[in-house]
Amino acid sequence: MKKVHVSTTVNGQPEEALCEVHQSLLDLLRDELGLTGTKEGCGTGDCGACTVLLDGRLVCSCLVLGVEAEGKEVTTIEGIADPDRLHVVQQKFLEHAALQCGICTPGFIVAAKALLDKNPDPDETTIRYWLAGNLCRCTGYDKIVRAVQDAAQELAQSS
Amino acid sequence: MSSYTFAAPTSIDEALSVLANSSRRGERAQVLAGGTDVIVQMRSFDNEPRLLVDVKKLAETNEVSIGEDEVFIGSAIASGVLNENDELKRMFPGLLESADLIGSTQIQGRASIGGNLCNSSPAGDTIPALIVNSSVCVIANSNGNREVPVEDFVTGVGTNCMSAEEFLIGFKIPRPPARTGDAYLRFIPRTEMDIAVAGAGVSVTFDDSGVCTRARVSIGAVAPTALLVADAANALIGTQVDDSALRAAEAACSAAASPITDKRGTVEYRRKVVGVLCRRAGTIARDRALA
Repeated sequence: MKKVHVSTTVNGQPEEALCEVHQSLLDLLRDELGLTGTKEGCGTGDCGACTVLLDGRLVCSCLVLGVEAEGKEVTTIEGIADPDRLHVVQQKFLEHAALQCGICTPGFIVAAKALLDKNPDPDETTIRYWLAGNLCRCTGYDKIVRAVQDAAQELAQSS
Repeated sequence: MSSYTFAAPTSIDEALSVLANSSRRGERAQVLAGGTDVIVQMRSFDNEPRLLVDVKKLAETNEVSIGEDEVFIGSAIASGVLNENDELKRMFPGLLESADLIGSTQIQGRASIGGNLCNSSPAGDTIPALIVNSSVCVIANSNGNREVPVEDFVTGVGTNCMSAEEFLIGFKIPRPPARTGDAYLRFIPRTEMDIAVAGAGVSVTFDDSGVCTRARVSIGAVAPTALLVADAANALIGTQVDDSALRAAEAACSAAASPITDKRGTVEYRRKVVGVLCRRAGTIARDRALA
């Protein structure tokens, strides 16, 4: 089985891995680099549990080949918090109890932070459409949306 | 799935020679852009080993240029990137909206209009929108590039006019004349992330007295390929694209459709809905042209 050498940057750290061509970026992150915060839900790009940033753009890591990460910058859920404290989006998910089983949560947090980085003051409709690619089967979404709204408010106050 | 191989050429010539070598050896090669169809397919019904040829490292497939007479959009431009281009959004709002309809934010970080066309699904949302804008495919071929109008590109369900040794570089789209508007609408049973039951695109141009001088109408998901409906366009040309002209275009689209019944809708339903979508898209295109 021929493996391909991949050099990539994950959460600011240079990483090297050997990867089979059919392996996804999700496989590379979890199985080769041990970054298991990113979750596999559907494996077909429908649920968003495996959401990461690839060169600053949100993607489903299950629909990216590991070999495509060559020379790219990847940001995963492990790269969201500061070393000493949670990111405000993470904190608000806790405060609003915006998770139950937690499988969808890393994807929601990566996607929600990307939204707030792009648009610091999104209305509810914008939040719901932006997060339409992240499925949650536990919370019914309202708590998630409220957590994102609260995070936006707090970021606005602190800036 | 042990025998997948991967190439990421950095020039058109290199990409063509990778494809030609693979073809000479009798090995299957498949071009990879955003992978939102290819990777899903290779994990489900089509997991035969192959060479995946990533065309995202070519300058040409990543190019967007807005010239005096025409616009070029590279085949690997992700929808999310496309929709951040305000100038293109002003020129071809319907085309950009059709790309924006497909998939979530995450999918739009990867999916491209080039990939949507090459996947050649009957329900590809960008295809009618490309057709009404008179888009032309620029196809890389070892004898030089060749150009094919989008309406002639798809040959059947999942098939197109490219050989295994060719790939799509991008689209040439004529700059819309003054007083031109386009629109694309599709029907899905929910508001986000579904596959069209029916879709219709319209582009219209008016003269300075408010008479339509040019029209193109295309319908999707109601035949094996997206269709350019000349009868519907002719129903609009020479009119002010008023209600009666739009009703005539609606009837022409319903007549041109040859849909199937499946879990998304019946023949009768699709035939009706595609006409309604044409009328509504025509109204939006008209209002955009005259705005």
